[in-house]
Amino acid sequence: MSEPFQAVKVSERVYWVGAVDWNIRDFHGYQTGRGSTYNAFLVTGESNILIDTVKKPFFDEMLSRVRSVIGDAGIDCIVSNHAELDHAGALPDAVRNLGPKKILTSKMGARALHDHFGTGLDLSIVKDGESRSIGGIDFTFLETKMLHWPDSMVTYLPGDRVLFSQDGFGMHLASTERFSDEIPNEILEQEGAKYFANILLPFSPLVTKLIERIKSLDLRIDILAPDHGPIWRKDTGRMPELWAKWALQKPKAKAVIVFDSMWQSTETMAKAIAEGLVENGISARFMPLQVFHRSDVATELLDAAGFFAGSSTLNKHLLPRMADVLTYIKGLKPRNKMGAAFGSFGWSGEGSQQVHEMLESMGVEMVGAPLAARYVPDANDLESCRQLATQAATRIFEHIEDK
Amino acid sequence: MKKYVCEVCGYVYDPAQGDEENGIAPGTSFEDLPDSWVCPMCGVGKSEFEPQE
Repeated sequence: MSEPFQAVKVSERVYWVGAVDWNIRDFHGYQTGRGSTYNAFLVTGESNILIDTVKKPFFDEMLSRVRSVIGDAGIDCIVSNHAELDHAGALPDAVRNLGPKKILTSKMGARALHDHFGTGLDLSIVKDGESRSIGGIDFTFLETKMLHWPDSMVTYLPGDRVLFSQDGFGMHLASTERFSDEIPNEILEQEGAKYFANILLPFSPLVTKLIERIKSLDLRIDILAPDHGPIWRKDTGRMPELWAKWALQKPKAKAVIVFDSMWQSTETMAKAIAEGLVENGISARFMPLQVFHRSDVATELLDAAGFFAGSSTLNKHLLPRMADVLTYIKGLKPRNKMGAAFGSFGWSGEGSQQVHEMLESMGVEMVGAPLAARYVPDANDLESCRQLATQAATRIFEHIEDK
Repeated sequence: MKKYVCEVCGYVYDPAQGDEENGIAPGTSFEDLPDSWVCPMCGVGKSEFEPQE
């Protein structure tokens, strides 16, 4: 009887044996609108080696794909490039069912795997830059600390010129197609940017270093095999080039206006700011939080120069959705932004000031004091919004020149 | 003065540079960093640092 799930051949000795998660939409706060995949890879030949596993509930799917290639044979080794549970969750099940003689991981990987699964796993640590033959197949391991966890590493298979890049150059995208050349470019770029903006942004300087390192090592890559999303067998330099570009956070003549509103007053202010920006040649993304998700805000901010944030005041505080988004964005450490805070209020009016302080604390260069309007913005308030936007536009153009 | 490497994330503390963003002046040795100082990259404490080889 054939296996219900089949492996997909990637190169002479490599098979994709991962799982497709069509249902996932909330990846601890990152909205994965197109689902995701957990890619695991089986290297065959003199020995059978599994590179990463899948999220625990998908173990049976992975096992079936492994069996479709090697039948009832066991595997000799598992390489754990990344200890996060979407890749290592099924590791204990894989050990029980496939009986690897060893598990290779980075030093921090060993710490994380022990912390997750106890000390029962027999782990062997590989060093940064180490080359090792596993059952007659040569591999090279490179640590990629904080891209995006301390344990992260990538594994290179020189024989087939495959780089197993764990979360590097990945994206959340469920599809029946396994290769990027079967998927429209705009989807790849959109989901790639979303992944970078929501996961890698705080580590942008390390991304730049990693890409320089890969270049200096002159690794020939015929297949780029990340742990999420499609595998690249053509144009393998494309996603690394995009990552190099995104890591610079070079701002464009674009602004994000993100706000939450109670009775449309803050929204009216946001519209006046948008009008002022657009009149002055800045492309504006209008993002009411009743509609937009925090991870879309992060994505739009990736190449924006302007960051305008507004909140009305509720019980002496900014609105909770705004606090959510600003906390999230602060953690992502956006660079090269300038902006301002705004918002309506009824009597006390702390909201816009709190937004201002949050923006300032994340290093946004403020173009003015927070704009606050009592109850409903009048013509003067809206004129102030437009003027602020006009001043901001001038400074944004100067700022873009500098960066 | 010796440089120290964060074992967790790879950040290198260079005493010549200090960590001005977090109030540490250039010329501050690793030993003289306050116990409350944390890795500016990943947030772990001083105990996770090793001297750079």
